[in-house]
Amino acid sequence: MQVPILRMNDVLIVTLGEDITDEEAISIKHDILVRIKETECEGLLIDISVVDLIDSFMGRVLNEIAEMARLMGSRTAITGMSPQVAITMVELGLKLEGVYTALTVERGFEWLKNQKTGA
Amino acid sequence: MQETIQILSEADAIVARQRGREIARTLGFSIVDQTRIAISISELARNIILYAGTGEVLITDLVAGYDDIGIEVIAADNGPGISDLNLALVDGYSTSNGLGMGLPGTKRLMDEFSIDTTPGVGTRITIRKWLHSRHF
Repeated sequence: MQVPILRMNDVLIVTLGEDITDEEAISIKHDILVRIKETECEGLLIDISVVDLIDSFMGRVLNEIAEMARLMGSRTAITGMSPQVAITMVELGLKLEGVYTALTVERGFEWLKNQKTGA
Repeated sequence: MQETIQILSEADAIVARQRGREIARTLGFSIVDQTRIAISISELARNIILYAGTGEVLITDLVAGYDDIGIEVIAADNGPGISDLNLALVDGYSTSNGLGMGLPGTKRLMDEFSIDTTPGVGTRITIRKWLHSRHF
């Protein structure tokens, strides 16, 4: 599965879909990091509005992406998590630490913009 | 009703969790319970691939007493088995460099959870979720 990585100003935007295999998740992680390097974008927005579940592997990959992006110099916002995903992530014991989360793409985008100008 | 999904690859794991979600929806489970069931199948199917290579997931609907219905998922493989069951159920313990969250997490998401494993023979994990969350 090829996931499009869009660029809007200084922010890369990735929309994750349903039913991503572990192998695809690893390849998405790699693609995002390469695009960060290529574009020198300081913000990364990952929208998970349509993601129907986050299991231990997907949770791990999301944490890794945010941490790797941070090491490279880019901030991550994860947006649009559904109630059922939030409930089951907490029950499973998964945490998204050091990752900014927002209800909507718009709010995530605003936050990333402010990180740059307001820092 | 029983459905068996052979787990030979990651794509089969996705099929299994989709089917589990669909069957749970048909039985009347809430969207949160459907997600709990789909995640649990995802974790168990991943373990099959990771530790045994191949195996199968069996999904069955259950009837209990007068008014409760449930869903049962059995994940079975002929892999190496689990040598230390207590450790396998500890959060953060993993022999595969994973998060060590799959089994203890699945146990928390489900109403019933049991493991039958024999080193060198295989592993059979049974999980159940009840519509009215009746615990036996």
